[in-house]
Amino acid sequence: MTVKVLIPTPLQKFTRDQATIECTGGTIAELLDSLEQDFPGIKARLCDEQGNLRRFINFYVNSEDIRFLDGANTALQAGDEVSIVPAVAGG
Amino acid sequence: MTQAITPTQRTTAATFTGLKCKECGAEYEAKAMHVCELCFGPLEVVYDYSALSRVVTREKIQNGPKSIWRYRPFLPVETDTPIDVGTGMTPLLKANRLARRLGIKNLYIKNDAVNMPTLSFKDRVVSVALTRARELGFTTVSCASTGNLANSTAAIAAHAGLDCCVFIPADLEAGKVLGTLIYAPTVMAVQGNYDQVNRLCSEVANTHGWGFVNINLRPYYSEGSKTLGYEVIEQLGWQLPDHIVAPLASGSLFTKIYKGFQEFVKVGLVEGKDVRFSGAQAEGCSPIAQAYREDRDFITPVKPNTIAKSIAIGNPADGVYAVEIARKTNGAIESVTDAEIVDGIKLLAETEGIFTETAGGTTIATLKKLVEAGKIDPDETTVAYITGNGLKTQEAVQGYIGEPLTIEPRLDSFERALERAQTLDRLEWQQVLV
Repeated sequence: MTVKVLIPTPLQKFTRDQATIECTGGTIAELLDSLEQDFPGIKARLCDEQGNLRRFINFYVNSEDIRFLDGANTALQAGDEVSIVPAVAGG
Repeated sequence: MTQAITPTQRTTAATFTGLKCKECGAEYEAKAMHVCELCFGPLEVVYDYSALSRVVTREKIQNGPKSIWRYRPFLPVETDTPIDVGTGMTPLLKANRLARRLGIKNLYIKNDAVNMPTLSFKDRVVSVALTRARELGFTTVSCASTGNLANSTAAIAAHAGLDCCVFIPADLEAGKVLGTLIYAPTVMAVQGNYDQVNRLCSEVANTHGWGFVNINLRPYYSEGSKTLGYEVIEQLGWQLPDHIVAPLASGSLFTKIYKGFQEFVKVGLVEGKDVRFSGAQAEGCSPIAQAYREDRDFITPVKPNTIAKSIAIGNPADGVYAVEIARKTNGAIESVTDAEIVDGIKLLAETEGIFTETAGGTTIATLKKLVEAGKIDPDETTVAYITGNGLKTQEAVQGYIGEPLTIEPRLDSFERALERAQTLDRLEWQQVLV
């Protein structure tokens, strides 16, 4: 399942300065593991010590916040766009 | 007159030293970044408070400009010539008639409905953000806005000669759209709610080298709200109030008023005491009030559905910190319905002559609710923050206010109309009394 992932600035040092990458995974959780394989170290920035998504990061699948979907178990389809966005913005 | 050499902008040493993550404490240079690279926590400006307490005095502040820049040492800019368009030093009004109506004694309204240049508190944060943007070398500034921020960014960018591109939800009130377009920025009306606009802007900020006031410039921008704390202290005769009530959108304003109070205590400008912090949300978008009510330390995002569009943020960045402050100061966070918001707007207008927008209606309605629930002591010095102007959200009250009495240009026509109006008034009173 190949999806497009938008990488926020603070993580682009892991992705060799690429703002958009292609990655695979049937769910967000699987996507995180495959991101880690391609870009070692990135998962620890996205998840805390217990493996939960950090509270200051938002994940969107095709513009929908995964907290309105199925969280880390949200299923991905080929061609989906996953956006990783720092939660602290706006207001 | 031709000036061959531009005067150097930087003369006084900056009082801030860098940025620090509010969560994990990691430190960064004072550049355009807003989240920690390690944990994504928010970055905050770090000041040298011992240096600050040596340079600031009440006299120096009182003799400073009649704007937020009288507090320049507490703001994260290096220049001695910030963008000063007369922002700040808005009236602090003793609201006796509203207080009596509510059943309390010492109520004040901090009236940012008349802030300059665009009639909302956002002029404070934008003046700081654009001054810093210029220092950091940005030539284009931008923002994700529910309306007021777009007005302010566009206006102050025009004054400063900066290019401007703002992003707003497509369904905003007409006054807020027009009040941005007049300054001729590029306006992107996004077909989505504010949270979607915000997400898009975060993505744009990744790829374009623009200064987004509330994204990559957010640590500087948000500090501007501290001046709402400083001014109240100064206007109360260098004293802290007992209780404040403020609207909650992202929660940033609320946390920065708190920080402003603490800083003045820290540097010895005011004597410390406990101040209770209470927050106001619209029921149709109340993720912070829900977290407070349910005693949670995390915010569950919601999809906004309220007339209070200026505070309709379903995924508030500083929500957890707002909950924390309300709890530790023994305040409260309440939400009110759209009908209560309209009543709040009308109540403030009829008792104090202040026409506020929906966010202000939310604050007044919440104030009323808190008084009725016994959560505000009648003797407490209470300050309600009114952050925006009602002329921008006329749609919200249309149909809920009276209509003019159309008459002929003749005395008898006037007399008849007046008689009718007074009869209607009497009937209304009787209804109220029954």
